[in-house]
Amino acid sequence: MNQLADFPLWAAIVVSLLCLGGALLTFIGCLGLARFSSFYARIHAPTLGTSFGTVGLLAASMLYFTVSAQRVAVHEVLILIFVSVTTPVTLMLLARAALYRDRAERNGNVPDSAGQDVVVESGDNLQ
Amino acid sequence: MSGEILFWSITISQVLLALAMLAASLRMIAGPRAQDRILALDAFYVAAMLMLILFGIRTGTSTYFEVALIVALLGCVGTVALAKFLMRGEVIE
Repeated sequence: MNQLADFPLWAAIVVSLLCLGGALLTFIGCLGLARFSSFYARIHAPTLGTSFGTVGLLAASMLYFTVSAQRVAVHEVLILIFVSVTTPVTLMLLARAALYRDRAERNGNVPDSAGQDVVVESGDNLQ
Repeated sequence: MSGEILFWSITISQVLLALAMLAASLRMIAGPRAQDRILALDAFYVAAMLMLILFGIRTGTSTYFEVALIVALLGCVGTVALAKFLMRGEVIE
């Protein structure tokens, strides 16, 4: 950090704002994860970190390395594409698993499945 | 001037991410069911990956970027495997 006394001021301000914004959004998301009352409310909160937090910090990293090394650093886009593609898939799988467990235990806080059973029954009739 | 701005903003961001990891680990300890713990582990992975990117900006090397890429890959695969285990009782059928 000491070798960067000649880092341009505008770039330092933009990198700082992107870092602070991304970290703050990630912190708010994890705070919601710790404080919300039910699982289906909780599963929404950390996506704040995986969407805006990741975008902010990766944009800060890209800008920092582009300005300081005088070359275009775009390999952060790899992480961005990967996280933004896989997060909805994993959280959808996790929500389906939690819904399956709640329905199998019949503990009353989730509705019974209507559409899924109808589809399965019609499939059985076709056979 | 710009060095001090970068130093303090990255330090504050790292403190915020450490608090985020602390909140996720509290949910991982307290979470009433297994799916809460898996969700907290996923959030913990994401916060750790962002923390590694901040370490990369702080030190000015791109080695931390590779580590963050691997953490992003393995965190996703781990969450998928644990969700599959909750759904089916086995990971590989």
